[in-house]
Amino acid sequence: MITAIASLTVLGTILGLILGVAARVFRVEGNPLVAELVDILPGSQCGQCGFPGCAGAAQALAEGSAPVTLCPPGGRAVAIALAAKLGVDADFSGVKESASLIAEIKEEICIGCTRCFKVCPTDAIMGAAQQIHAVFREACTACGKCEQVCPTESIRLQPVMVTLQSWRWNKPVAGEAI
Amino acid sequence: MNAIAHSPHAHAPVTINKVMGTVMLALTPATLFGFWLYGWPAINIWAISLLAALLGEAFVLRLQQRAIRPVLLDGSGILTAWLLALSLPPWAPWWIAVLGSLFAVILAKQLYGGLGQNPFNPAMAARVMLLISFPMEMTTWVAPAPPGSVHAPGWLDGLAVTFAAFQVDGMASASLLGHVKTEFTRGIELQQALSGFYAPLDALWGNRAGSLGETAALFLLAGGLFLIAKRIITWHAPVAMLLGVLIPALIFSAVNPAHYAGPLYHLLSGGLMLGAFFIITDPVTSPNTASGQFIFGLGCGLLTWIIRTWGGYPEGVAFAVLLMNAATPVIDHYVKPRIYGRNRKGVSLSIEPVKKES
Amino acid sequence: MKLFTLRGGVHPEGRKALSADMPIRSVPLPARLFVPLQQHIGAPATPVVSVGDHVLKGQLIASAQGAVSSAIHAPTSGRVVALGDYIAPHASGLPVPTITLDSDGENRWVATQTLDDPFELSMEEIAARVGAAGIVGLGGATFPAALKLNLSRNSGVKTLIINGGECEPYLTCDDRLMRERAVQIVEGIRLIAYAVAAKEVLVGIEDNKPEAIKAMQEAVRGSEVRVVVMPSMYPMGSEKQIIQVLTGNEIPAGGRPADIGMLVHNVATAYAVQQAIRYGRPLLSRIVTVSGGAISKPCNLEVLVGTPVQELIEFAGGYALPVARLVLGGPMMGQQISHARVPVVKGTSGVLALTAAETGQTLPSPCIRCSTCVRACPVGLLPLEMAAHIRATDLSAAVALGLKDCIACGSCSYVCPAHIPLVHYFNFAKGELMEQERGKLKLAATKKLADERLERIQRIERERQEAAAKRKAAREARERNKAAAVDELSCLVRSLPLSDPLPLTGEEAIEALRGSQVNELAAKQAATQTITEAA
Repeated sequence: MITAIASLTVLGTILGLILGVAARVFRVEGNPLVAELVDILPGSQCGQCGFPGCAGAAQALAEGSAPVTLCPPGGRAVAIALAAKLGVDADFSGVKESASLIAEIKEEICIGCTRCFKVCPTDAIMGAAQQIHAVFREACTACGKCEQVCPTESIRLQPVMVTLQSWRWNKPVAGEAI
Repeated sequence: MNAIAHSPHAHAPVTINKVMGTVMLALTPATLFGFWLYGWPAINIWAISLLAALLGEAFVLRLQQRAIRPVLLDGSGILTAWLLALSLPPWAPWWIAVLGSLFAVILAKQLYGGLGQNPFNPAMAARVMLLISFPMEMTTWVAPAPPGSVHAPGWLDGLAVTFAAFQVDGMASASLLGHVKTEFTRGIELQQALSGFYAPLDALWGNRAGSLGETAALFLLAGGLFLIAKRIITWHAPVAMLLGVLIPALIFSAVNPAHYAGPLYHLLSGGLMLGAFFIITDPVTSPNTASGQFIFGLGCGLLTWIIRTWGGYPEGVAFAVLLMNAATPVIDHYVKPRIYGRNRKGVSLSIEPVKKES
Repeated sequence: MKLFTLRGGVHPEGRKALSADMPIRSVPLPARLFVPLQQHIGAPATPVVSVGDHVLKGQLIASAQGAVSSAIHAPTSGRVVALGDYIAPHASGLPVPTITLDSDGENRWVATQTLDDPFELSMEEIAARVGAAGIVGLGGATFPAALKLNLSRNSGVKTLIINGGECEPYLTCDDRLMRERAVQIVEGIRLIAYAVAAKEVLVGIEDNKPEAIKAMQEAVRGSEVRVVVMPSMYPMGSEKQIIQVLTGNEIPAGGRPADIGMLVHNVATAYAVQQAIRYGRPLLSRIVTVSGGAISKPCNLEVLVGTPVQELIEFAGGYALPVARLVLGGPMMGQQISHARVPVVKGTSGVLALTAAETGQTLPSPCIRCSTCVRACPVGLLPLEMAAHIRATDLSAAVALGLKDCIACGSCSYVCPAHIPLVHYFNFAKGELMEQERGKLKLAATKKLADERLERIQRIERERQEAAAKRKAAREARERNKAAAVDELSCLVRSLPLSDPLPLTGEEAIEALRGSQVNELAAKQAATQTITEAA
């Protein structure tokens, strides 16, 4: 019996030492992950995720303190890319497509104050002082900054209307498990 | 908004319960023969098995708050219990059937997520559990007792056999495989062990000791061919399993006939026919492709022969099936059909431009 | 001729007897026609008429936008009453830009030119005229035919295959066309073959159309065209499958028939080509099968593009039984529409009113992994696996299994004992993937914009600071010069004989000088400053 105890103790000690050495030798320094995550995020620094800009969100993601579904303007494309980069599984069913909202200007109430296009991170608003503004739909990421500064609430985020080109089949509702 | 249905707007006249019903139809001749061979206790065990399965499934569905009727009526639970009953000793006590059925439908099927989600064949999993936990009851075989023979129990006696562990004298008998294995341990060679015990003609017609449904090899073969004709199953898995048993049997019995039984013996004994046509063709636990099913069947046959010949248990079908069920995902991963326009590795075929004559 | 085997496939009930023996009849001229500007794959056509214009039959009313587009012609003479949105003949019921035409009842043709020998035209000219006639693939794909001809002419065509398969149940429009107008079809085939310099021409017809086979064999006698009888199976009429069966070749994944020297056209398209080249008539009508268990009198009709589907149904006697589904096209790949007010377009091969029994649908059950779908798939995919992944929203796994190679034929859904809507899953997944691609592109574009804006702001800031620094440096230099000049000035002032030789500071001296208006000295001061600044 003594031999059994002794042999297992020796085995455990040796293996433990090997693990300790490996932890030192193969340690990974730093985190180049953050830069790669910043590349994936939209970069409009809108703050909808609750972190200070896209860099802050990337830091939180790298630490694992934020879910990959944190970026509404990025939509599903960004959530999936983040999940792939971080190697996590996530439930994307709650993430709306980023194209679901877009800024629209009600021209009757726009006073041409120019506040909105100054804050738009992608230059999606065209306008000049005393001129009615217009939104470039292809450039709008629905970050919401313009809506916050507009004094007449003429620029709002509206759902995008579905057209014959953008219509897609819905997901079949399974009566039972597939 | 989407009240609009997606194409196709036509359907083949087939449903799950029709498929299950056809399989049960194919099992009926062998089952009826088993009832005739072994009398009332056999009928009792079969009925208890089915009833327990239905009640067990209903109980689980109630717990999960899912609709009960569609699941019970799709026939899969009944079929599982039927196959389990066919592999039990016909005079087994009632609680064996109840335990087995409940294990099969609750633990081996519903707990994995219901129909289509289980990796292991529920009937075989239950049989193995019973065999390992209650080896006495699961290896107590009886000689056939058709109505009119001296030992055939009446209805009341049949109930007593099933529910009260009533023993009928002189009925206990070993199955063929069990007998041979026991004789091997006593040092008696194959030919001697078989003489007086093994009559191939009797075995063909099933007139020997065995489980409820395994003895009627011919009826099972007929049922299997019926299913193949109806396109419910394909020939690949059954043929492969039979080959998997026959080929090693042929080779080894030619080399050493004193110790290795020949192919006919293997074909007619144990649950091989039942296994080949009805157990391994269970769609949920077998591979998706024809080649995959062939490999699966071959593996089942080989393992069955190995366990029968060199393993500790006399019958190997149940274990072989469970082992190959574990291999099904691997088979499915490596054996896939070639996609149109791509080669075997999945790479797109190369374009050979047409040379234009100017 | 030796045929190659088709893998998979299913044998649905043909149900063609309902309308196969009904000869083609014309629908009476509708009062109002709705002509969508998008009846083809590619960019919508742009209108060249305005509201109020009077047009003749066959007149160009919308021109093609770019290479992947098609022209649209007035189906009858009349007046353009509206240019706006109208319901599209699509499952979504969404609007599409449409030209609404009120017919004047006269059906007057625009001036057309009949050619004696169409084969005198050059190959390029034929393709150009086919494009000008607005001809698109009439098998249902509606790909612009001229573009296909140009591509094939440039890459070379080994075999031209004319698709007379019509494998969908119920549909008999191609069957009747071949029976009744075989001569014109064959001339169209020969024109296409000439236009792409095809080395071999085959017409594939399924064996469930014996009369059509006979008619076509008569018509091709003596020409280079060969009629080949194919076994009837679904989806024999699919482009990939008909090429495989007739020639044994496979289109490489992600490729086109032109990549392997093949060209496939529908018989109706060949007919349209003949009408366009010989008679100068653009494509403005097609044969439509109106059938289904709920229709009173199933028939094959020659219909003008833009005719409301309701008029077809009324002409076919209306509904005899309650309609469970109204479908445009065949039952395997057709689209359900919620009402009959939609117009017929170039790709509408059939209008089916199906009863509930015919659709044979029940609620789905769980998948039992029976792999009947695997046996049915003509492409060799694993529908059960792909659908399971898609249900778990794991689209990349489905793509790895070959989702993008799926031709959405519906064979798998048709045979599934569990009635699982497999093709619905696949089309949903393909739509999701397309959305994600668009999302990715948009993300890249907006990221670029955001970066550029940031860079611009930083650049402006930098320039502003530089400019401020420069101004500051200049101001300091000016100050220094001013001080230097003032000192020199005060020296000068002291050396001047003044009436009041009081000791003056530099500033006072300058003030005094200014006050006494000694321009000479002021000018000297100015000159001194300029010289200092310039230095």
